[in-house]
Amino acid sequence: MAKTLHETPSVTKGRDVTATQTKTPESPKELREMSSGRGAAGDRIFSGAALAAGVLILVALVAVAVFLVVQALPAFVAPQSQIANGQGFWPYIFPLVVGTVIAAAIALLIATPISIGVALFISHYAPRRLAQILGYVIDLLAAIPSVIFGAWGISFLAPALVPGYTWLSNALGWIPIFAGPPSATGKTLLTASIVLAVMVIPIITSVCREIFLQTPKLHEEAALALGATRWEMIRMTVLPFARPGIISAVMLGLGRALGETMAVALVLSSGPLIASLIRSGNQTIAAEIALNFPEASGLSLNTLIAAGLVLFLFTLAVNILARWVISRHKEFSGAN
Amino acid sequence: MSKRIDVKDLNVYYGNFLAVEGVSINIAPRSVTAFIGPSGCGKSTFLRTLNRMHEVIPNARVEGEVLLDGDNLYAPGVDPVAVRSHVGMVFQRPNPFPTMSIRDNVLAGVKLNGGRLSRSEAQEIVESSLLGANLWNEVKDRLDKPGSGLSGGQQQRLCIARAIAVKPDVILMDEPCSALDPISTLAVEDLINELKEQYTVVIVTHNMQQAARVSDKTAFFNIAGTGKPGKLIEYAETATIFNNPKEKATEDYVSGRFG
Repeated sequence: MAKTLHETPSVTKGRDVTATQTKTPESPKELREMSSGRGAAGDRIFSGAALAAGVLILVALVAVAVFLVVQALPAFVAPQSQIANGQGFWPYIFPLVVGTVIAAAIALLIATPISIGVALFISHYAPRRLAQILGYVIDLLAAIPSVIFGAWGISFLAPALVPGYTWLSNALGWIPIFAGPPSATGKTLLTASIVLAVMVIPIITSVCREIFLQTPKLHEEAALALGATRWEMIRMTVLPFARPGIISAVMLGLGRALGETMAVALVLSSGPLIASLIRSGNQTIAAEIALNFPEASGLSLNTLIAAGLVLFLFTLAVNILARWVISRHKEFSGAN
Repeated sequence: MSKRIDVKDLNVYYGNFLAVEGVSINIAPRSVTAFIGPSGCGKSTFLRTLNRMHEVIPNARVEGEVLLDGDNLYAPGVDPVAVRSHVGMVFQRPNPFPTMSIRDNVLAGVKLNGGRLSRSEAQEIVESSLLGANLWNEVKDRLDKPGSGLSGGQQQRLCIARAIAVKPDVILMDEPCSALDPISTLAVEDLINELKEQYTVVIVTHNMQQAARVSDKTAFFNIAGTGKPGKLIEYAETATIFNNPKEKATEDYVSGRFG
């Protein structure tokens, strides 16, 4: 006991001496020698490494931001008639932003409830064996490259959805988002959103599962002892406890959905911004960049990078908003 | 409101492991009964079988009967959720819901069992429960603040208020003071004395002075060795257990000659 105290440099010298006096009679000289030992060096190395890792992230972020701003600048300062076939930058980017937001929003709308449900099933309902297997499957799903999801989207999902789209346009065609005529190939923004949803489900699910499992047993038992059913217990303790975590998980999923390129580029038959989700048309920023980047040069390249900058800022804004939402409820978070 | 508990030949198993064997005990209404015994002797496990909280652990099961005024808690078709709204529980560590205000903590169980409440009904329950838990004067000005902002002793009394708000027949307490300082402990012990006017109170404690101070009757549990089941050794008036026990094991334990 006394020995470990000596080796811990964070313990103040005064306390060290008291500990020694009560445990073993050693001279202060020995204490000083031992204080600069292995433990102190390890501590310094670790704190240095941690600092370096933290700084590295900031540097990378700043580097990306600087690159984007510098490369995008020409698109903002050049005469707007030269940009995007004379459209000007803002008229060019606006439909892309809207398309991106709609695709990501629909994806999250589909993925969030499913993910929370699956995560709850794994953490609180499934027998342990089944939960383990399901956990592995979900993690595996997260590891599938997006091009595979894209290929699945075009070759299977899009054709499979065509009858559904036909039905939607007949039955609910009076709602602008389901206005016909529906795409004959099924390569629509809604299909792309569903593919995105499938891609973000594993991310949101595995983060949520980890957080649900961390709900203190103490609180779960408190709810059960009051006569709560399992679902009531989850509503009283697990979900409120996990709330900030669920928001973080959804933000992670949103980041993926906003930035996903390959799957959208493959699945969506792009075109100008339209309200209908079941006709071909619409485009997202990331897919637009990917599709046009190979042939871009000069100002059109700057324009695409500027589009990337817009996506970057948008994602940043969403994340800041999420942080703010989480921090607003800090007092009731259970962390205190 | 207060009911008697009669336990007949209760065995508790975790899977195939027999944790508690052959407990029979009769607990009178409007009394405080203390369970004492060394760690691992099954007293907490047994306590949890009185409101079926042991079922939270997978594979835990019981044989035998627990009668609450004659109704078997383990009869077929009895829902453990219903049992727990009649037999409340207070835990070792204070566990108010951290995401709820003091008011919502008190009302948590009531809302589960009763559904909708008018504002005045809710206020009445909050006030009477907090008064009943000797906490009203300390928190009446901050009912909308989080329950987790209170001191440990106050949190524990909040948990007691939450338990009595659902008007149970029995209150089980699993070492309710072991995480509290002596002054908070005294406050909770005073409260236990008041609670027995209305409820059947069963308390597990490691603190023998506490058992002597608060309880009318005391049950001593013991275990023959690791891997052996816990058993009820002796159950009698508290004064008898501490001054004139029948069993040698009880005498050794209460006089500190144990182990």
